[in-house]
Amino acid sequence: MVKVTVDGIVVDVPNGSSALQACEAAGKEIPRFCFHERLSVAGNCRMCLVQVVRAPKPVASCGFPVAEGMEILTDTEIVRKARRAVMEFLLINHPLDCPICDQGGECDLQDQAFGYGADHSRYQEAKRAVTDKYLGPLVKTVMTRCIQCTRCIRFATEIAGVPELGAVSRGENMEVTNYVEKALTSELSGNLIDICPVGALTSKPYAFTARPWELKRTDSIDVSDAVGANISLHVRGTAVLRAVPRVNDAVNEEWLADKGRFSVDGLKHRRLDRPWVRVHGKLQAVSWQDAFVAIGKRLEGVAGDRIGAIAGDLCDAESLLALKDLMTALGSPNIDCRQDGADYDLSHRAYYTFGTTIAGIEDADALLIVGSIPRQEAPVLNARIRKRFLAAGRGEFPIGLIGAPTADPTYKAELLGEGPEVLAALRDGTHPFAEVLKAAKTPMIIVGHGALTRPDARAILASTWALAAETGVVGAGWNGFNVLHRAASRVAGLDLGLVPGKGGRSAAGMMSGGVDVLWLLGADEFHTAQIGPQTFVIYQGHHGDAAAVRADVILPGATYAEKSGTYVNTEGRVQRSFRAVMPPGDAREDWRILRAFSEVVGHTLPYDTVEMLRERLATVNPVFRVIGGLDAVDASALPGPMGAGAVSSAPFRPVFDDYYQTDPICRASPTMGECSRIYVHPRTVAAE
Amino acid sequence: MGTLDRTVRSFLLAELVAGMGATLRAFFKPKVTINYPYEKGPLSPRFRGEHALRRYPNGEERCIACKLCEATCPAEAITIESEPRDDGSRRTTRYDIDMTKCIYCGLCEEACPVDAIVEGPNYEFATETREELMYNKDKLLANGDRWESVLARRLELDAPYR
Repeated sequence: MVKVTVDGIVVDVPNGSSALQACEAAGKEIPRFCFHERLSVAGNCRMCLVQVVRAPKPVASCGFPVAEGMEILTDTEIVRKARRAVMEFLLINHPLDCPICDQGGECDLQDQAFGYGADHSRYQEAKRAVTDKYLGPLVKTVMTRCIQCTRCIRFATEIAGVPELGAVSRGENMEVTNYVEKALTSELSGNLIDICPVGALTSKPYAFTARPWELKRTDSIDVSDAVGANISLHVRGTAVLRAVPRVNDAVNEEWLADKGRFSVDGLKHRRLDRPWVRVHGKLQAVSWQDAFVAIGKRLEGVAGDRIGAIAGDLCDAESLLALKDLMTALGSPNIDCRQDGADYDLSHRAYYTFGTTIAGIEDADALLIVGSIPRQEAPVLNARIRKRFLAAGRGEFPIGLIGAPTADPTYKAELLGEGPEVLAALRDGTHPFAEVLKAAKTPMIIVGHGALTRPDARAILASTWALAAETGVVGAGWNGFNVLHRAASRVAGLDLGLVPGKGGRSAAGMMSGGVDVLWLLGADEFHTAQIGPQTFVIYQGHHGDAAAVRADVILPGATYAEKSGTYVNTEGRVQRSFRAVMPPGDAREDWRILRAFSEVVGHTLPYDTVEMLRERLATVNPVFRVIGGLDAVDASALPGPMGAGAVSSAPFRPVFDDYYQTDPICRASPTMGECSRIYVHPRTVAAE
Repeated sequence: MGTLDRTVRSFLLAELVAGMGATLRAFFKPKVTINYPYEKGPLSPRFRGEHALRRYPNGEERCIACKLCEATCPAEAITIESEPRDDGSRRTTRYDIDMTKCIYCGLCEEACPVDAIVEGPNYEFATETREELMYNKDKLLANGDRWESVLARRLELDAPYR
């Protein structure tokens, strides 16, 4: 620790800290543009100038290391004059188009010009103009506004791992560009919008829509993947206009994947806003009461084990539990939250969660990825792997990959093979990567759903755990065994036991004629043709997606933005979201629908308020008592998941082909459709 | 003595004569009333009357949907919605003023960076129904087109004091 005096306040800061950090520790605000906590230091905006006693001139505090006994002054006439002068230079070439700029009202340059700038400009000459660049369907550029802080270049290179942005020319002629007319190939490109301190990079779908002062902000959780990124939904009137990340160092730092950020426009398209019942082969709009009566009539005389329920990927824990309680009340053991056919061992939570935790990735020193493409399944988590990869230095964080060879994972990974036979080779030591795992002190293994959605999932899980146990991946004080989920509702579903009970049928069994009445709670990720023609399908969900077309009764539910819900992310971290808007039309919160229906069939569920339901959640599984926190699991003494049977030699397949079209909200979103067209099906774009 | 004085004055009709004198004086003075609506009083260039949305001389609407008027309006009478126009420029798709809410403070005019929304000299816009006082963008632009010459002159006269 080093003792530094900032404006007379003595602070202790770690060795190697910058003067800026010391000033922050003392509670002094230092204006900055190019400096960002999570990026490397560039030192090119000069806005953070401070005075250091006995230094001949003001120094840029972001890149100036502290020394013992240093005295920093942040509020002297010299500093104020220096800041005013820097601000005047920055504003020379910055256009005065704040009224038409989307950053207006949340602009660092605006705020700091107000706080630290001069009251007028002395510049009378012509300003420079820069041609706009094309960065794809998500990021809009107005490069004349660029102040050349290079945050975007550093973000693309360091965090996103796609070095597609750079600067050409020097001085006044410097331009940030992607060299070629091509969309940014990153699943994290939306973060460029947040990171740009001016209005040079703004959101294309949100362009000119609203001003920050019009928006009401509600804390929520991203459900587009299983990371559970903390987001804030910005609402005007009845419409969610945008989603921006909230800072949570344990989960998403301050990043958000494009799917979570830009799919919000799907919340107002293709919505189910009233109940429907199929009469003589045609869907008819009906009242809630009629819909319930229609279901009640169909259920009359149907044995409990001929009723089944499948829960989808976007459900909150409350509605999952209400569905389970309803099925139990109806006497049905047929319930499943695994519509993709995945299989897990539920005997211990460590067998189906991300045990290392997302923040824990930064402590790992070797990584094996089995049947997963984290870049697509969890882009924010992938950024954490890349962060670790960069921090470790060359060769210090070896990464092995078993699965389909894909596009750049954004870090150097060795493709060990494509199928489960590599796992066997690693276990018997014939594969050289086994030595890497054994030599590592804190190795970790990530098992994805490319491996767990196969018929031999249990066997693969067991053999992966065995490999983990043999190579010290799970040991005392370190749990390196991770299951990377891709559905936001999955861990909650497993925690609440939404798997077939004794003699119950799984999702596939229910669809292939195993039940007469099938209740789909937002379950859309399968071919509806699998459901037999005799099955009576009740679809409870928020979007008119594939399953709603097949349904005999449609009950309109609420999206994640329209209900306060509890979600459990892939780590097993319980998080809560709040209601941002009301559901459209007659749509209702999902657990309320199930509670109301239970009364119609005479099995009233024992909760009237969401608080009572949450109490029940905590009773069913105590993990729901702790919101936001996560206890470390000691997995060293566990026997490992049960798994027998032969492992097929088929190679692992990617979990999905199209990152932008994975759930009903994405498929309803015009922006995601455009992304899919440009990124996933570029040939059709080129043909046009 | 007082009684005598009062009696003499009343018999000589002194008050009546004084009153008639005042009437006679006023008779020859210029009159202060005007024959509204055939005559109208003078208005300051800063008079804040009915709103109008102005255009540039080439016919392009001035409003750029910055929403500063909406933000500054103390009565929250202005509602704006915007999106990119086909040519990519920032324009309003909706610009409503609730004239029954408006308090005619002129802050919208003051906030406007492009002199698009102005309060004109017209104060004769009374209507028979409330609904007619919910102005939309078409109505405001039509106002601007009708009053443009007057509005431009007013702004010119007021410019030295801004």
